[in-house]
Amino acid sequence: MASDNLPSEFDVVILGTGLTESIIASACSRVGQKVLHIDRRNYYSSKWAGFNFNSLLSWIEEHKAQQGAQSKDDWAEWRNKLVDGEEALLISADDSFIANLEVFCYASLEAEEEEKEEVAEAAPSFAEPEEGTKGEGEGSLDVIQETAATGETQHTPVDGVQEEGVSQDASQEDEAEEKKDQQEDSTASPVKEVKKKITYAHLVKEGRRFNIDLVSKMIYSRGSLVDLLIQSKVSRYTEFKIVTRILTYRSGRVEQVPCSRADVFASKQLTMVEKRMLMKFLTFCLDFEQHPEEYKEASDQLFWEFLQTKKLTENLQHFVLYSIAMVTKEARTEDGLKATQHFLRCLGRYGNTPFLFPLYGLGEIPQCFCRMSAVFGGIYCLRHSVQCLVVDKETNSCKAVIDTQGQRISCTHFVVEDGFVREQWKSTDERYISRAVLITDRSVLPADSEQQISLLTVPPLKQGGSAVHMVELCSSSMTCMPGTFLVHLTCSSKGTAQEDLEPLVSKMFYVPPSPGEELAEGDERSGQPTVLWALYFNMLDTSRMDGSSSNSGFDLPSNVHVCIGPDVTLGCDFSIKLAEKIFRQLLPDEEFCPPAPDPEDIIYEGEAPQGEGSGFEQETPKTEGSSLQSEGEGLESQSEIEKEAGEMETPAQKAPEEVLKEDTSPSEE
Amino acid sequence: MHGRVKLKSTAQQEEEKRKEREKKLKVYVATRDACFNKRKDGAMDDEALQLTQQLLSANPDFATLWNYRREILMYLETVKEEDEVQKQYDAELVFLEACLRVNPKSYGCWYHRGWVCGRQPRPNWVRELALCDECLALDDRNFHCWDYRRMVVKASGVPVEQELQFTDRLIGSNFSNYSSWHYRSTLLPLLHPQSPDPPANCPHPPNSSPPNSPHTHSHRVCEEQLLKEYELVQNAFFTDPNDQSAWFYYRWLLGRAEREEMISCVYMSREGERVVVAFSRPVNAQTVGLMLVLDGQLQRVEWRSAPPSVRHTPVWICELPPGTISDINNEHNLTVHWTEKHTQRECALYSSRPESWCRDSATDQELFRSELSVEKTSVLQSELTSCNQLMELEPENKWCLLTIVLLMRALDPLGYERQTLVHFEKLKEVDSMRTSYYSDLCSKFMIENTILKMEYAEVRVFSISEKNLTTLCHLDQLLLVTHMNLSSNQLSRIPPQFSMLQCLEVLEVKDNLIESLEGLSNLPKLEELCLNNNQISKISQLKPLASCSKLTRLDLRDNPITKMDNLQTELTDLLPSVTDLML
Repeated sequence: MASDNLPSEFDVVILGTGLTESIIASACSRVGQKVLHIDRRNYYSSKWAGFNFNSLLSWIEEHKAQQGAQSKDDWAEWRNKLVDGEEALLISADDSFIANLEVFCYASLEAEEEEKEEVAEAAPSFAEPEEGTKGEGEGSLDVIQETAATGETQHTPVDGVQEEGVSQDASQEDEAEEKKDQQEDSTASPVKEVKKKITYAHLVKEGRRFNIDLVSKMIYSRGSLVDLLIQSKVSRYTEFKIVTRILTYRSGRVEQVPCSRADVFASKQLTMVEKRMLMKFLTFCLDFEQHPEEYKEASDQLFWEFLQTKKLTENLQHFVLYSIAMVTKEARTEDGLKATQHFLRCLGRYGNTPFLFPLYGLGEIPQCFCRMSAVFGGIYCLRHSVQCLVVDKETNSCKAVIDTQGQRISCTHFVVEDGFVREQWKSTDERYISRAVLITDRSVLPADSEQQISLLTVPPLKQGGSAVHMVELCSSSMTCMPGTFLVHLTCSSKGTAQEDLEPLVSKMFYVPPSPGEELAEGDERSGQPTVLWALYFNMLDTSRMDGSSSNSGFDLPSNVHVCIGPDVTLGCDFSIKLAEKIFRQLLPDEEFCPPAPDPEDIIYEGEAPQGEGSGFEQETPKTEGSSLQSEGEGLESQSEIEKEAGEMETPAQKAPEEVLKEDTSPSEE
Repeated sequence: MHGRVKLKSTAQQEEEKRKEREKKLKVYVATRDACFNKRKDGAMDDEALQLTQQLLSANPDFATLWNYRREILMYLETVKEEDEVQKQYDAELVFLEACLRVNPKSYGCWYHRGWVCGRQPRPNWVRELALCDECLALDDRNFHCWDYRRMVVKASGVPVEQELQFTDRLIGSNFSNYSSWHYRSTLLPLLHPQSPDPPANCPHPPNSSPPNSPHTHSHRVCEEQLLKEYELVQNAFFTDPNDQSAWFYYRWLLGRAEREEMISCVYMSREGERVVVAFSRPVNAQTVGLMLVLDGQLQRVEWRSAPPSVRHTPVWICELPPGTISDINNEHNLTVHWTEKHTQRECALYSSRPESWCRDSATDQELFRSELSVEKTSVLQSELTSCNQLMELEPENKWCLLTIVLLMRALDPLGYERQTLVHFEKLKEVDSMRTSYYSDLCSKFMIENTILKMEYAEVRVFSISEKNLTTLCHLDQLLLVTHMNLSSNQLSRIPPQFSMLQCLEVLEVKDNLIESLEGLSNLPKLEELCLNNNQISKISQLKPLASCSKLTRLDLRDNPITKMDNLQTELTDLLPSVTDLML
């Protein structure tokens, strides 16, 4: 990696590629700022990243290897880049935000011949995390990126042989894949016996079909993220699925929550009168501010107490409190009403639930903003970090950064993900988010169609516990292989993720006592999905650090802006609002993410505009294999939100491998 | 500013767009002219198809071009093999689909598509149905598509069950879709016809074999299915009581078949040797083949309508040849045949009787429940309970209130009278835009109740005062009434239909707002008329009374007209028969 390629002057240097940083990057590039956007890691999206199964395994290995490893200080190398009146502020090399990571494999370990070795190697490595693949860490990710770039062509015929024995003819692969999907759809739900047992080897082999996000969130269809995507036209880089069901878990049963008009109409579990009461209450919530007489008296009350006064049956109270308002029992009436109102306002914009989920996972979203930034001249480098900030002693402002290559790069502003400056954080109050990721073999609530994306809110199982958000993704969301479901569980931590979430997992799912062990015939739990693989971890919840305004929480120069979060809430609003806030501090006179122009309205001149790196043509030629294009496939797909928005076609965008991907990207419904 | 993307200015963009448009227009005009020329030359070639396709893609509402295309296609049918024709039409359908994607509401496109499918040797109806489904998924109220779909269903014989499931699906996704509910109402009677249990006096059986297409109307649905439908539609109006499509469907479910067509009453009077015939619905007696047989002899008579000069009315009058029944000592048998409907009614006039009649009494079952069904009382009762439950939750919902009123009328019109009136007051309050509608409807119900009371009492006196009547109706049921009291209501006119009251002798309408006496004409027996305290202000308003030859007593007190000079003289001129005039 030749360092002399990087320009030495930027307006904004951004370290970390999470959602907030990426939005700031695109917002700054869009208004003509020179942006250098880098990440120490070899993948995009930082905490928001999504991995396929294999790279997730590598990431886990890497994480375990990193623990205890010392960061080395190359003190001398950059010392001489400082001049009088300047001092260095070290940037942390250890940005770990994950703790208590545990992996469990419950799928059968028996393997088909060719995978035997691989499995034998991989499985025990969970039991003894310290042993094994340390050295392969980085390399294996690179390999995965390469295969991602070459696309589906390699793999699809193999799937065909394995699962259905359909034609291997590459020219028919699209058709074959479609056929296969259909067959699976039709056979999976009614005839359980036909379903093939999924082994661990299977998961590894089909690993590329998974997109497992570290952060699990939903997109409110009238939330700030959707507004921003549409307003900035970043929506053209991605596609969404509508979340099809809102579920709840009550007295040991999973039930569908009737939340839209059509749901209430069709619901079999509500009586006529309940239907009316629910609709009446929801209609009231839609513009509750207009009827102060209905709730003002209760404004000191708790929301659930208020619900009781509204003559809602117990059934309905549960639905409203936990699944529609999605607040805790401690919530005040007005907050509950506001939450309900927000939920309802989001209904019907795109579908019968208030939520959208990005195809290929949430990890796509930061990349879309990175892409917009790149289109407007932002320069991208992965596996590239900053060693220290050069701080002017007099003004206590950051003049420049010294990157990991030892190059001094001057900048007006420095935006950084919280992990890199955690040492500068004054408080010691640490909060965590508990996460679990499960791969299961069937839905928690099987329906006519297997292709459901469900959001399930589980009230605290015991007094003082946290409510758990559970998102169950089907294979058509492009986050898991056909025949499996990907389940994300999230709650704010009371203990380790495993302590917080395992009780719920073992209630709702069948967790085999040993890999591959099946339930006995007629076992009462036989309707429950089987967990094939599980991951538990805690993620640091930095959303309370408050690093934005005057850096109150951090001891940092005034032009250093810290991107904290993500928070534990279901929506993305926290991170969007923070991005806008930081942008306003950076460039108070500029518009935040104005609509990107249509390609035909851009004037291309014969010569590139002055200065290197500011033209369209120059996009991250720096690090091999890590440019934006070679990441997810979802980038090329056109937005459903704004179908009319055309593709952005700039010469540099159409790298050959992309064109290939475009052709072979899986067909959407 | 440095580094910014340079954008075209708005003016530049406009200019570009303008040029673009200009260019397009030029091409369009040239192509159009070429097409017209070709048509003039009678060219029937591929090039013409090509050119029209170009134009129609841009403007699918160019009817002349579609016509030209059809001419060409019909010509090609004569010169090509069947397989080629099939292919040709397939290509046409692909083209049409593209057009519909641009404009899914183009008359020309949908029509042409129907035409093509009709001409194609082997039409693919499955594909057409799928296209309709896709279109309706995009816009479930696209009536072009609904129309086309009906055509496809008819042509391809889609099973009724399947169509019913289709409506299930549409209603499930959005029940505010009247098209789907209505479609259901046409399907259900075919799929679940009412058990063949014709009413006792039904002269001919109802359609014994329901045809297998969803497009012929039979009316009723079997009870088991009805119960399911009640539940479905109740789900809809409990979910959203303000959605009218569900309520309309509910009304249909509760409704019953139209009344049977029959002669409901024959009345004969020796005085004037007159026969009056009432039918169950308005008819034109001059054309329906009405035959009058008196004592075995066919009589030639002139039918005149009441009110006069109305072509369709339920009441018709004729005079028998002079001397046929005037002798009070003779007994007569009259039969009126309605040949068109194979129905008849007889009437015997005994000696020493001045008049006679034969009629069906307007018992509650027969007449005034036509709004709602004669379903089992228990079913209606439970429906009423549900609606009352809803009303408790939604006391201001007009649909619910109105439905309750209708259910009450179907169950026990007299027993619920008081409650009905309360509900009507509420309706006028919550739906003030339709006050007059509710007043009229309430008047109608009050009149029905009064008729029932009169029937039970077996009298010919009709009295309905102080009921806030705003309108008069069911006058054909009052054919035999001799005394009528309409005092203290809100009536503003005596409608033309009033002239059906051929037996009326005394009419009291004091304390109303009467301005028009249009209906008080040709009432052969009217002797007394009390118009005290109304809005009669001109002598011309009294003109109709001149045709009531027996009118002797007239009360006009407290009308504006009494202030008129010479009133007495004018009245004597106009109404010479009146001897007892009160002013």
